Amino acid sequence: MMKKLPLEQLPAFLKGISETKTLVAPVEKGGQVNFDLWTEDSTLRLDVLKTVKSAKGAFFPQVEDIVHFQMQGKNIDIHPAEVLTEDFVLFGVRACDARSFELLDRVFLSDPTDPFYAARRAHGTVVTLACNRPEETCFCTNFGIDGADPAGDLSAWMTEDTLYFQANTEKGAALVAGLADCDDGEITETQNSIREILNKLPLSNLNLTGFEGDHLKERFDDPRWEELSRGCLGCGTCTFVCPTCQCYDVKDFDSGNGIRRFRCWDSCMFSDFTLMAHGTNRPTQKERFRQRFMHKLVYFPSNNDGIYSCVGCGRCLEKCPQSNHIVNVIKTLGVKEDA
Amino acid sequence: MIVNRLQELLQDDENLQFVGWEKGETPFDRTPKTFTAETLGNLCYDSFCGSNLSKYLLSQKTDKKTVVLLKPCDSYSFNQLCTERRLNRDAYHVIGVGCKGKIDGEKIRKTGIKGILSVREEGETLKIETLYGTTEIPRKDVLLDKCLACKGKEHKCADEVLGESEDTCVGDKYETVAKLEAMTPDERFAFWREELSKCIRCNACRNACPACSCIKCVFDNPNSGVQNKAAADDFEENLFHIIRAYHVAGRCTDCGECSRVCPQGIPLHLLNRKIIRDVNEFYGDYQAGDAIGQRHPLTDFTFEDSEPNAERKGGGK
Repeated sequence: MMKKLPLEQLPAFLKGISETKTLVAPVEKGGQVNFDLWTEDSTLRLDVLKTVKSAKGAFFPQVEDIVHFQMQGKNIDIHPAEVLTEDFVLFGVRACDARSFELLDRVFLSDPTDPFYAARRAHGTVVTLACNRPEETCFCTNFGIDGADPAGDLSAWMTEDTLYFQANTEKGAALVAGLADCDDGEITETQNSIREILNKLPLSNLNLTGFEGDHLKERFDDPRWEELSRGCLGCGTCTFVCPTCQCYDVKDFDSGNGIRRFRCWDSCMFSDFTLMAHGTNRPTQKERFRQRFMHKLVYFPSNNDGIYSCVGCGRCLEKCPQSNHIVNVIKTLGVKEDA
Repeated sequence: MIVNRLQELLQDDENLQFVGWEKGETPFDRTPKTFTAETLGNLCYDSFCGSNLSKYLLSQKTDKKTVVLLKPCDSYSFNQLCTERRLNRDAYHVIGVGCKGKIDGEKIRKTGIKGILSVREEGETLKIETLYGTTEIPRKDVLLDKCLACKGKEHKCADEVLGESEDTCVGDKYETVAKLEAMTPDERFAFWREELSKCIRCNACRNACPACSCIKCVFDNPNSGVQNKAAADDFEENLFHIIRAYHVAGRCTDCGECSRVCPQGIPLHLLNRKIIRDVNEFYGDYQAGDAIGQRHPLTDFTFEDSEPNAERKGGGK
């Protein structure tokens, strides 16, 4: 059974949630919209489809402490960081970001399980929101994602005056237990109009032929990586706004009389990515650029039942300073062999 | 028109390489590219070519003579890189391309216009076709911020100029710097904390910056003690940007690429512009990249030089 909430009651609804749980939602700060702590004073921006950073930070933050070493005279005290023990709600996640959590699960929840990530996943309730106004940079449809029917613990659809909810798990149902019931048919019109736009998206029918795992060698050796990577600045913008990039580094921060060991997002675009004692095996930007797209389009699917590690959110299309992104790669390299 | 001229140049030297922009997937995608005689037809130059190609030249050095397209503002960065001997002036045939201000796709999106399929310029109006119908917006409302601080229509370095330029500067470019100076230290600190706390350390500002031309940046050196891929705390967030601003002091031409490329919209150019303003005040007006071979005030010495530390102890006047 679906539930509904008049939009004017949304602030009170969110306040209700925030009284017992941490609430994270797309809020505007310093002119930019990102997933951040929601309070009554926050500017909620449910109209913004693409937050600058994806929602992955709620489960896999950019920086998190792992352990603290503290000098005490001649001894060193070791304080391992604690995993999350409190429930939180992640509100307003789009279908693409919701899919990214499934991809991250495959990495962080497979043996050996990452305790920090696992605790956040266990304590988080994901409330998704259908994409009323898909944008030209959206290409989620290529990966079997439906912006009109987002996953998560609780799915939501917004009309001009009402928010509709469909619970998919017990955690999701608990959040909307107090709301009025309504008929499933009330969102049909909204879903139809979303799908009509999704079908018209300019990048909705990319040809991914040639990226299957068994073409690994051909894709790797393709001479066109040279041209494709030419304009790449080697910054980490694409990797840091990406919902599926999952590489991290572990660094030590010298606090004077101790060490804070933390992990932080890493980027294969950086020159010191996976730097080893012998140096680097990706000496130029060509190899680094190739690594990113081979990982998303070839290595990941070949290790994960053919699932691509891209959800088509389009953030990199909007944010790459050089307009040099995954769609260029797919269109250039993803053509049929006989074409 | 530009491609025709470039093809003429090929008749004298068929080995030329060309540095310009190529059209991409979205209406705003213009990727810096290097073209040969075969691919020259893909070169594009229009109102969306906002990026500065001067820095890109550093990674595109070959034995071939390079023809490069530079907008008036880009020519300052080119000169500065020649001054620093990072580029050799003789290796380039510089075509100064006309510029009437470049359009910021992000600004169009921020007005709430969504699903943009095409943007057509009709005089001072942009006609925008979207998935949700067509709409219009005045061109001047969505120019890149750097165009609002335009340094003028003159190319400071060019072997030939194609097309007309326009000075798109609006008002006083030091207005925001003056506002920040008028704040109390606490207010100013709060302003920069709000901005710099958005930083995701993607390094786009540094990598796009023509003045940041070190072959190996200290922040990329694992042995430096400051190489952190993410800021571990507030102090580090501030440190990275302030160190960078100081490092490019006197050499920054105010090209505005740092703020253009920042995914989080941090007005990084304000740090540089504050330093430019101070340099002008202490040593007389100076514009980095005005000409090749200039000595900038911070690397030059005269007995008449002011003593900024003595004049402004502790940051106060």
